Amino acid sequence: MSTVTTPTRAAGGVGVMPDTPGWARWANAHRKWLFAAPAMAFVAVLIVFPLAWTGYLSLTDAEGSVRAESEFVGFRNYLDVLSDTDRFWPAVGRTATFTLAALLFEVVLGMAIALLLWRPFKGEKWVRVAILMPLVATPVAVGMMWRLIFDPNIGLANQVLGWIGIGPQPWLAGQHTALPTTIFIDVWQWTPMVVLILLAGLTSLSDEPQEAALIDGASTWQRFRHVTLPLLMPTVLVAILLRGIDALKTFDILYATKGRGGGSFHEVETLNVYAYGLSFDYNEYGVSSTVLILFFLIIIGSMWALTARRKEAQR
Amino acid sequence: MRRRSIFGTSLAVVAALGLSACGGGGDDSGASKTVRVTLANHVWTESIKQALPEFEKQTGLKVELTQLGEDQLSDQYNVKLNAGSSDIDVMMYRPLQEGKLFAKNKYLADLSEHVKSSKDWDFDDFQSGPVEATTYEDKTVGVPIITEQEVLYYRKDLLAKAGLSAPPKTLDELKAAAAKIKAAEPGTAGFVARTGKSPAVTQFSSFLYSFGGDFVDDSGKATVNSDAAKQAYAFYGGLIKDAGPANVSTDMGWPEAMAIFTQGKAAFYTEANSLYKNATDPAKSKVADTVGFAPFPAGPAGSKPYNIPSWALGVNDSSENKSNAWKFIEWATGKEQTLALQKAGVPSARTSVWENPEGTAGYPKDLVEAITESGKAGVAHDRPVVVKVAQAREIVGQPIVDAIAGKDAEAAADTANEAFQKFLDDEAR
Repeated sequence: MSTVTTPTRAAGGVGVMPDTPGWARWANAHRKWLFAAPAMAFVAVLIVFPLAWTGYLSLTDAEGSVRAESEFVGFRNYLDVLSDTDRFWPAVGRTATFTLAALLFEVVLGMAIALLLWRPFKGEKWVRVAILMPLVATPVAVGMMWRLIFDPNIGLANQVLGWIGIGPQPWLAGQHTALPTTIFIDVWQWTPMVVLILLAGLTSLSDEPQEAALIDGASTWQRFRHVTLPLLMPTVLVAILLRGIDALKTFDILYATKGRGGGSFHEVETLNVYAYGLSFDYNEYGVSSTVLILFFLIIIGSMWALTARRKEAQR
Repeated sequence: MRRRSIFGTSLAVVAALGLSACGGGGDDSGASKTVRVTLANHVWTESIKQALPEFEKQTGLKVELTQLGEDQLSDQYNVKLNAGSSDIDVMMYRPLQEGKLFAKNKYLADLSEHVKSSKDWDFDDFQSGPVEATTYEDKTVGVPIITEQEVLYYRKDLLAKAGLSAPPKTLDELKAAAAKIKAAEPGTAGFVARTGKSPAVTQFSSFLYSFGGDFVDDSGKATVNSDAAKQAYAFYGGLIKDAGPANVSTDMGWPEAMAIFTQGKAAFYTEANSLYKNATDPAKSKVADTVGFAPFPAGPAGSKPYNIPSWALGVNDSSENKSNAWKFIEWATGKEQTLALQKAGVPSARTSVWENPEGTAGYPKDLVEAITESGKAGVAHDRPVVVKVAQAREIVGQPIVDAIAGKDAEAAADTANEAFQKFLDDEAR
């Protein structure tokens, strides 16, 4: 790098004294790389390397032990997985159902609660604390708690239903009720986060458009539909983006309530649970990596679609 | 140009980190005075923990203990042994669940020399079935510490109330008694057992054998759709569906099933005898006073419960402290310690301990009789003996949950057999 030896050529226009040692001059010239290096090393070690390794594994038939010899099989795993209608595609379906249903309820409920909390009222502080409670609980503990509540024989949920004359429901134990029940738990836990984000958005809105609409005689619904919502749209999309990615990746609640394989009939087996089972129950590292890479692409894809939509909304 | 060089640097950093993590060999160069022992949550572990100071005093070694639940333990082994980590010296593992996989992956050190040279310790004293399960390609890779048979847990009070003087001797009697009690006692199930696709397989196996079936025949062909197997699936699933708890979950392992039994919500329960303390300990069980034990009821082929080593101790092949690890195993599985453990309620694999009256004194009398009975005709495996046990269990367990859910058990058995045969073919390749 002979280009930086003359002081006058020092990058960034910062003057370098003629008696500065060589290494300092070099460091000065490369400081934008130097300062970024720790962060770049971090990203390389903890994100790029694992991802590349997973990508590599997905092209091999690695199984049993990662240290055992494995053969390069090209895209065979991808063909196998994409043609697997037994576990993979149902898992994709469940992941989509879980995410979309949870998102829908969380955004609608979150919006309603945020609107209620928007204007100051007496006891506001306590209500906010109560609403945020589920958010601070650990998901595994939440899963265990709901598992007890929803136990078909000794759980509280069926007891309460009994008081109002409704027969016991299978909840998490039922083949068709397990997924809706886990969606309910997710909604219970994560709606507060949506409330938080939307509330922040609402507070930053200016009052003038509202007042103008009020003077024009707009009803409450009209003001919400045509004034508040359009102004809040970018925030809503942020909430959907953050919550959506999280919901796609949900593992803890599902695993804590239904265990390995998402239950005996794979009732709640999403892609994440499936990939976990492939590596930790079956030791099929190659196939598991394939599922993870496909899952990663799905997340990237949906994130990209949402951000594109967001940019449009901002325009 | 510059961009690439930065990229190169970060790659070099990654490589350096990777290399430093891959160090460590399999010799004793790193022998330390601390033996790192990883154990599962079990009565055995609780008892050995109390005796540890004795070992430390005898040998001058220190024991560093890690204790985990079964599932976490498996995950932990998967991660650490896979990475060739040397921070486990002694490991408690399940010979029938993971033994074949671990041995094949060379995670388990060869202990043949040690077991042969230790005369006082006496390897010949161990029952042959369990020893077979801890042997891989003629090498001893583990020492069995706990044996297990399936027995019938029952409630004496409910039986008396229903006018039954003795526990059922056959599966037909069991079915009739369970139905009778369920009908007479609202809110109480006649029968409970594991229902999860994978956990149920081991406890279902005794039903399968007693109907005259097995998972695989002598020539290695899948046989889970034999007439005997179909009857066994329909019987086990039907018993839970008809006489089991209302709205029964198909995810129950032993903790859930045991909870139903010990909460007083079921009259009969088929389960491994090694878990009996959960039912007889008043601190854990509401029915501690009224629980009884009986040998596994006879089916068309007689009473054929499994008789297996559920846990064994092995040495991590990547350990740098192998000779001290062996010292720990030698002590923990020695005659003296085994007797003490069996007195604490852990059924051992040592013949001498079972022959010693002291060794059986602590057990409920009916349980000892049930165990002795099981020892006679016991089958040495309680799940398909394969490398990928987890998959195999899910395949052969499917008809169980289908039967519980009221689906056609015969059709499910045919489907499962086809899948299982394909699985066996794949594994043989």
